[in-house]
Amino acid sequence: MALIDLANPTRFLSLSRSLLPWLTGLCVLAFAVGLYMSFFVAPEDYQQGDTVRIMYIHVPAAWLAMMCYSIMALSSLGTLVWKHPLADVSAKAAAPLGAAFTFMSLITGSLWGKPMWGTYWVWDARLTSVLVLFIMYLGLMALWRTMEDPIKAGKAAAVLTLVGALNLPIIKFSVDWWNTLHQPASVMRMDGPTIHPDILWPLLVMALAFTLLFFVLHLMAMQNEILRRRVMALRQRAAAIRPATATASTASAAAE
Amino acid sequence: MSGWFSALVARELRLALRVGGGALIGVLFFLAVVTVVPFGMGPDLNLLSRVGPAILWIGALLSTLLGLDRLFQADRDDGSLDLVLMAGRPMELVVLAKCLAHWVATGVPLVLAAPVLAVFLNLDPVAIGAVTLTLLVGTPALTLIGAIGAALTVSLRRGGLLLAVLVVPLAIPVLIFGVSAADAAVSEPMPFMTPFLILCALSLISAVVGPVAAAAALRFSAD
Repeated sequence: MALIDLANPTRFLSLSRSLLPWLTGLCVLAFAVGLYMSFFVAPEDYQQGDTVRIMYIHVPAAWLAMMCYSIMALSSLGTLVWKHPLADVSAKAAAPLGAAFTFMSLITGSLWGKPMWGTYWVWDARLTSVLVLFIMYLGLMALWRTMEDPIKAGKAAAVLTLVGALNLPIIKFSVDWWNTLHQPASVMRMDGPTIHPDILWPLLVMALAFTLLFFVLHLMAMQNEILRRRVMALRQRAAAIRPATATASTASAAAE
Repeated sequence: MSGWFSALVARELRLALRVGGGALIGVLFFLAVVTVVPFGMGPDLNLLSRVGPAILWIGALLSTLLGLDRLFQADRDDGSLDLVLMAGRPMELVVLAKCLAHWVATGVPLVLAAPVLAVFLNLDPVAIGAVTLTLLVGTPALTLIGAIGAALTVSLRRGGLLLAVLVVPLAIPVLIFGVSAADAAVSEPMPFMTPFLILCALSLISAVVGPVAAAAALRFSAD
């Protein structure tokens, strides 16, 4: 099945409806296994104790935050280059998810930072770039909300997403530069042992679970967006017809 | 091409500098920001001279953002944007011309005001020169990046605040390297040329990315 076949929203809806139960089941399974492994199988860190388990939420969330933006950038290319009708639906549905994952990684990161570094927030290069990414997600969502016409909003957001995708490496690089300039020999390096299979496996399972969760939520959000647009179109059509019938009925009432 | 390009630049400049153009309000705002900072941070001259370059850069960033919503809005309101779009000239160059005129009208006054305001912040002569030079090189990048935001929000009635939110993350690298270069000129061990050249590079990149993206956004907002 080619990507072009999915351009028909009805076909996409039926495909995603048949896919969703499987994906949801897999996602629940992966979370069950991943959470069990990260809580009971994975060892405590000899320095950090139980707090190291925050990593199994924090790291996958941060990965997903970046993956979400790449999916939005690809979707934006789809909107602008191939004019794929579902590309802007996909980008719009991915933005709040990306913001949520970014927020989750910021929150878990600061909760982890409090016992480890003694403070909730440091202006570390990595934290700062994630914060900038969060602001960009929120800006994109705000841009979508300001325009009524979904097609125009999708194109504007696609331009901004692509500019952001060009800029994100530059921002990352400059924040790294800024940080090393201000506080050399950063204390915030993760000085743990090199990653051990006992830690790596739960992490990978959790990453898989988060990815599945993203796809489940993304498909659901895309379905909702398609339905929302259909409802909007129906309402507009109804609103266009109603005044005409109303004037016709008043005219006939006046004639009687 | 040079004929219509320079004509467009001259038109924009004339519009910006005459009554109602509001080009110099940016400098007033710059002055206001720099004046307000010591009230918040205290009048300690040592502290002010240490953070002076940063204050000047943030002031320049804020006043550039403030003036950006005028970039395409007035042209859209009176319909000349549609005429320009239909004229068949490359839209990227039109955006570049408008950015050039906008920078001359709003950015250059900021650069010229910076040495005067730097005296208030107790900067020494080398630092004053460095800040002015970095602002001269860096403010075009702010205008060009801001043009993207201005083009995206052109169809909104109150796009100014959203514009600032959209542009600020993209302007972070310019701010970082501008301030680092200005700081490096004063403090000994750090090289001045490295951040300065990266700042130049950022301006050149945004001279390509800004007009292309802004032109695309303007085309989409029109049809």
